[in-house]
Amino acid sequence: MNSPLLRVKDLTIDIPVGGGTLNAVRGIDFDLNRGETLCIVGESGSGKSLTSLALMGLLGGRIKRTASQMEFDGIDLTKANSKTMRALRGDRMAMIFQEPMTSLNPAFTIGNQLMEALLLHRNVGKEAARARAIELLEKVGITAAESRLSQYPHQLSGGLRQRVMIAMALMCEPELIIADEPTTALDVTIQAQILRLLVDLGREMNMAMILITHDLGVVARVADKVAVMYAGELVETGSADQVFNAPMHPYTRGLLRCIPQPGKTERGARLGTIPGIVPNLVGGVTGCPFRTRCDHAVAACRNAIPHRKPAENHRFRCVHETGHQTAETVV
Amino acid sequence: MLNFILKRLGLAVLVAFTVSFISFSLMFLSGDPAAALAGETASDQDVEAIRVLYGFDRPMLVQYWDWLSSALVGDLGESYYFKLPVSSLIAERLQVTMLLGLCGISFALLTAVPLGVAAAIRPNSIIDRIALFLSVAGQAMPSFWFGLILIVVFSIQLGWLPPSGTATWRHFIMPTIVLGYYAMPAIMRLTRAGMLEVLSSEYIRTARAKGASEFTVLFKHALRNAIIPVVSLAAVQMGFMLGGSIVVESIFALHGAGYLAWESIARNDLPTVQALILVFSLFYIVFTFLSDVLNAWLDPRMRAG
Amino acid sequence: MSDATTNMTSDPMLEAIVGPTPGQMLRKRIFGHQGLMIGVVVLGILVLVAIFAPLLAPHDPYAQSLMARMKPPVFLGGTWEHPLGTDHLGRDYLSRLIYGARVSLMIGVVAATISGVIGTAMGVAAGYFGGKVDAVVTYLINVRLAMPVVLVALAVVAILGGSLQVVIVVLGLLLWDRFAVVMRASTLQVRGREYVAAAKAVGCSTPRILMSEIMPNIANNLIVVMTLEMAHAILLEAALSFLGLGVQPPTPSWGLMVSEGKNMMLFEPWMVLIPGAVLFVLVLAINLMGDGLRDVTAPENRS
Repeated sequence: MNSPLLRVKDLTIDIPVGGGTLNAVRGIDFDLNRGETLCIVGESGSGKSLTSLALMGLLGGRIKRTASQMEFDGIDLTKANSKTMRALRGDRMAMIFQEPMTSLNPAFTIGNQLMEALLLHRNVGKEAARARAIELLEKVGITAAESRLSQYPHQLSGGLRQRVMIAMALMCEPELIIADEPTTALDVTIQAQILRLLVDLGREMNMAMILITHDLGVVARVADKVAVMYAGELVETGSADQVFNAPMHPYTRGLLRCIPQPGKTERGARLGTIPGIVPNLVGGVTGCPFRTRCDHAVAACRNAIPHRKPAENHRFRCVHETGHQTAETVV
Repeated sequence: MLNFILKRLGLAVLVAFTVSFISFSLMFLSGDPAAALAGETASDQDVEAIRVLYGFDRPMLVQYWDWLSSALVGDLGESYYFKLPVSSLIAERLQVTMLLGLCGISFALLTAVPLGVAAAIRPNSIIDRIALFLSVAGQAMPSFWFGLILIVVFSIQLGWLPPSGTATWRHFIMPTIVLGYYAMPAIMRLTRAGMLEVLSSEYIRTARAKGASEFTVLFKHALRNAIIPVVSLAAVQMGFMLGGSIVVESIFALHGAGYLAWESIARNDLPTVQALILVFSLFYIVFTFLSDVLNAWLDPRMRAG
Repeated sequence: MSDATTNMTSDPMLEAIVGPTPGQMLRKRIFGHQGLMIGVVVLGILVLVAIFAPLLAPHDPYAQSLMARMKPPVFLGGTWEHPLGTDHLGRDYLSRLIYGARVSLMIGVVAATISGVIGTAMGVAAGYFGGKVDAVVTYLINVRLAMPVVLVALAVVAILGGSLQVVIVVLGLLLWDRFAVVMRASTLQVRGREYVAAAKAVGCSTPRILMSEIMPNIANNLIVVMTLEMAHAILLEAALSFLGLGVQPPTPSWGLMVSEGKNMMLFEPWMVLIPGAVLFVLVLAINLMGDGLRDVTAPENRS
């Protein structure tokens, strides 16, 4: 238990594009212990999904990934060959994707797709795999589980499909599960159910989970740790308590102003917005990426930005020692 | 699905009747079939005698009805040239054509599908470029010229293969290649495009996230989806190929139905020509219908619908 | 607050990327497309050859010479008098090839135009009006596809007598299927667009909507199908003439030349190889152009 399950240091992702290189993710660090839930929050395009795909080794061929350290339970993922990665994927680390409608293969039955991972990684027979599939379908709250096995994805609703995706990810009882905005594509009423289910199952099976989302309300309810991502960098990381109650980075504070908080936000008050647009990340990014939208930007923001550590496990990057907290009027 | 199949079947039958009418009317295209049949040197009385003998003096629709009702029970009339029942003539010659068509479509599929898959796995690679070159060249290649080149090289220069006839399987090698190459480009392009689309889809990422091997990803998850439109294209191409066998059969002197059609047109043997057009059309109609059914069966979304 | 805004104006990270205009991008796509450029250049040369055939041909393509029969081309030991040799009637092969370009191109252009008019009318009507019109057109397309083209063309040309005009008209009347299929699909796509709804809302007449809203927006697909069908018609004419039931001698058709050379193939394979190769190059050029146009105008390339 001393060493974390997952340790990432200086992860960088570059994508070659028409006019040069898109520095999509730049030098991000985080640790994750067994049974812990890390939420990565940020806007679309901030590199959250790329980060999760990079962990799974599922980036496309043209995309370049480098890291000074990326270890899963002592296995060096930066040096792992494709065979090692294949053995890990679906067995010890699993992933749930954003789009349940298109993430299941239309040509095969639910049962076939559920059993596949178990048959691949474990030395079990078809009957055992089938039994496990039924067990998990029941666990994710699907009724008439046995008859579902012979159904095709198009016969299921979006919510049911995402439950199937969750069951599929859990087939081999992975130690790490990565969920990339698992509820974004679903109806609001179903979102909460699915998320609850995912988190409960994670706790029950003592899985570490990386939950990628842009929904701060979700984060507040489920996260042990929070990492705030902006334009390819982690601008602030810390425990949920630290990030929510003592946000340091101007962007984190901006994000928190965008959601109503019980007891803090008055009825009828306008919620905050963050004006401006995310910068272009093609061809060498220097300085703070948030400076173009930041109220407290100064000339020094164009230089290298220091890492600051206001408390144990709480880190952020800003030229201002306290993130310029004092200058802000309390909302 | 049953509903879909019945609809398709209805259309197929309607199309078949229309085609039968068109091929029957061909006989009247020349104006007076009796005069055509009698020849240029015939006297007026001879022409008149033939007109009555063959029933050309009756209204056209009556003649059509007559022809159609006997065609439905397998009687397609008598060949002017061979003086034999057309149906038995065609049945005998169709064996060669069917064999050639099956060989041709197998050759096309066996070359086009692997090539299309390989090209899609590595776009812009050498294999992709070779595949593209083969398909572009294949679409521009006059099949009669391609056949003659093969004869020049493999029969005349190298002496490896017989240039004409149907005696052994070696006689079928060059015709198979020529006919198959005609269908290959379209199948190759569709396979490549389908695989490219499928490979970038999210369920392929899901399969990879499960730890499936590249082989499983390609040949279980991807090909199964990409092959569905290819199967129906192949069936349609098979229909086209039987119709296109006329050129190949005439180059290699394969005495199949296509060769019979060529001879009969040259000999003005109208009942045989009519019947052959009808038979080839029916083959196309049957193959496209089968491809629709197969398509519906292969795609679970349609199977249930 | 004020320091932020003043400082940021010159920040390089904020500089808007000035992209090329759509016109520049289209030009770049056209000139950057290798296949398209090769196709256009080769086809352009062949069109010029066809237009200036009388100036370019060294001999009369019909002039026979019993003294100069079956002369080999210059690269097989012949003389520059007949650079590509002579045929079995002593006619100059190069001159016949040059005039043959006229035959092939004329057949391609005229037949594709006839079938283009028929197919486009059917396809646009089916796509725009839908319902019964669509059902009838779909049925007609199915009937047409079911008929074996080579066989029907051969039979009809044989009955009516082979001449250039008959071959052109027969092919034109047979090759409309792809036009109808593609134009129907394109019209269906365009029909739902806002500008069509807008034109309807301001009370434009149906013919006006078809001509000024639908047609301009499906014209690129029409041009692509047009080129591909031109190639199709040229290949079919060559096949018919090769089978001896298309364009009749002494017209210099490339398919006919292959057919005439076939009898001499055992000893003089060049008589088959040369006209077939020219035919291949022409069809290849047209196809490359058609494929290139499709790539260049495809909406998915417009990002």
